[in-house]
Amino acid sequence: MSKVVGWIDERFPLTKVLKEHVTEYYAPKNFNIWYIFGALALLCLVNQILTGIFLTMHYKPDAASAFASVEYIMRDVPFGWLIRYMHSTGASLFFVVIYLHMFRGLMYGSYRSPRELLWIIGCLIYLMLMAEAFMGYLLPWGDMSYWGAQVIISLFGAIPFIGEGLSEWIRGDFVVSDATLNRFFAFHVILLPLILAGLVYVHIVALHKVGSNNPDGIEIKANKNSAGTPRDGIPFHPYYTVKDSFFAVAFLMIFFAIVFFLPEMGGLFLEKDNFAPANILKTPPDIVPLWYFTPFYSILRAVTFLGDYSKLGGVLSMGAAIFLLFALPWLDRSPVKSIRYRGGLYKAALVIFVIAFVSLGFLGLKHPDHYDYLPFLGLKNVTWAQIYYFIYFAFFLLMPIYTKLDKTKPVPDRVRYSH
Amino acid sequence: MKTMKQILGVLLGAGLMVGATAAMAAGDTKIHLDSPNINMTDRNSLQRGAKTFVNYCLSCHSASYMRYEHMSRDLGIDPDVVKKNMLFAGDKIGDLMKASMSAKDAAKFFGAPPPDLSTITRVKSVDYVYSFLKSFYPDPTTPTGWNNTVFEKTAMPHVLFPLQGEQKVSAKAETEGDKPHLVYEHLGGGSQSPEEFEGTVRDLVNFLVYLGEPAKLYRYKIGFWVMVFLGFLLVITWFLKKEYWRDVH
Repeated sequence: MSKVVGWIDERFPLTKVLKEHVTEYYAPKNFNIWYIFGALALLCLVNQILTGIFLTMHYKPDAASAFASVEYIMRDVPFGWLIRYMHSTGASLFFVVIYLHMFRGLMYGSYRSPRELLWIIGCLIYLMLMAEAFMGYLLPWGDMSYWGAQVIISLFGAIPFIGEGLSEWIRGDFVVSDATLNRFFAFHVILLPLILAGLVYVHIVALHKVGSNNPDGIEIKANKNSAGTPRDGIPFHPYYTVKDSFFAVAFLMIFFAIVFFLPEMGGLFLEKDNFAPANILKTPPDIVPLWYFTPFYSILRAVTFLGDYSKLGGVLSMGAAIFLLFALPWLDRSPVKSIRYRGGLYKAALVIFVIAFVSLGFLGLKHPDHYDYLPFLGLKNVTWAQIYYFIYFAFFLLMPIYTKLDKTKPVPDRVRYSH
Repeated sequence: MKTMKQILGVLLGAGLMVGATAAMAAGDTKIHLDSPNINMTDRNSLQRGAKTFVNYCLSCHSASYMRYEHMSRDLGIDPDVVKKNMLFAGDKIGDLMKASMSAKDAAKFFGAPPPDLSTITRVKSVDYVYSFLKSFYPDPTTPTGWNNTVFEKTAMPHVLFPLQGEQKVSAKAETEGDKPHLVYEHLGGGSQSPEEFEGTVRDLVNFLVYLGEPAKLYRYKIGFWVMVFLGFLLVITWFLKKEYWRDVH
């Protein structure tokens, strides 16, 4: 064995890479449950790729047979239903995991120096993941797939001068059609997975360069022992491999409980209108994107106050809402990273932001003119969306002010850890 | 202990999500819909439903994603019985369940092509399909002479009339929530009593749910064993983690 390894090592830095990134990569010992979502995101990515390969073997990217081929997978391909549900459930849970992963970053200041680039790469992954999910959603060629794509692509039409041409260029036709389905298939199974894999690789390289943050927001590299290893660090393997394995199994229990017992999640993971084939003559009563897009969809629809420019304003707001995530490292002026040492101002801002984000998500699933959100207050859904729209942007745009005013607590030298 | 608490928190969160979505699944009809209370493990019910489906529905509606052979295997119907009693002339048992009437003709007769029924209970809801099938009443103002309280002015005639006979909405209508709960009065006709007819429709809807997702017959069973396996694995990985982390202070 060692002879083989030696032979490889002379030609490829196998042992060196394993040491640097696994057995001698020192991670802070005080990670809590919020630190499992990076590993779980990787698990989700692998699941999507593996199940995706098998779906591709039976799926037909052709407007005339796409819907039937998905039903063929669900009925006639042995365990095809399992693979398909693992892919559809996996898509939704990927976003659950990514949102929790991003929230962890917000809580513990993981985007702060020296991890700005790590955060930006992560934001790019999120952006690419949204594109991947959007294009994948067209492929079953159900009625909601069709009309969802129709609505979202037509948004590009709001851009002055080039808008109409741009949406035609994306669709390859004047309406969503076979041409659109074919190119979305190409992007969904080749282009975006390649980009995602590349970005995930760079994300991990950047992480291992700067080292992981931790719930205390203390740089463990600042305190090393005589051997040159961080005093508060433990090797990733075996400590975090066994810990992540435990949480991976716990995650899989939730994952498979949904796959086997609740794959449609009451219409949230698989919408009922999508069990009917795409029909250009039959628009679903409410065209709603899947839940993971609805916070931004709410922001888009909240702009009703700009007259003829409302649509453009909505599209720009949606873009800005995502772009602000990239700017986060420079908006936060607090002297501390972790929420543990921040004052009440930031804590309150974060709580309100989370309420706003989740509420925007809920409102995006509902009709703007109905009264589904705290109905006893008698405000329309769109009015609530407008309130939360301003809170969403205020959280980012006022951040330089309230993080500076905030009264912080002194940060200790060593991380806090107890069994 | 702390970890266990955190896991409970995550599970609780997942539970809340499920609860919130269940509330979303409510239909968008004007009247209250009945629930059929079906039982997919009742093979006889599924077989009776299949028989009704082939005899009454398949003339106009297709189930064009489903094969006769698949149904025969899943529901334990002898392939010879399927070949003799269920197939149209010229069909083979491996064929998809296509309507005997062409979609073009059907569109001409009814004004709209009858929808494919393969996934009908997933597009509409189970309660919707069940209530719809029970809610026809004579109405001389419509082209077919029938109307429906669940789907007003439906193009579909009352195909199950020979079984159910005629009924009308009786004056008394209780309200449940904000949707009226209709009560019907049987006007006679039909080879089945109202109770028997409800059973027929229940069996039919049971079959339609099966038709919408044949895997439903076995996915719960497989799921149970997957959860048991993962449960064991969870315990093992928990002790593994505990053992390794003993020396972290």
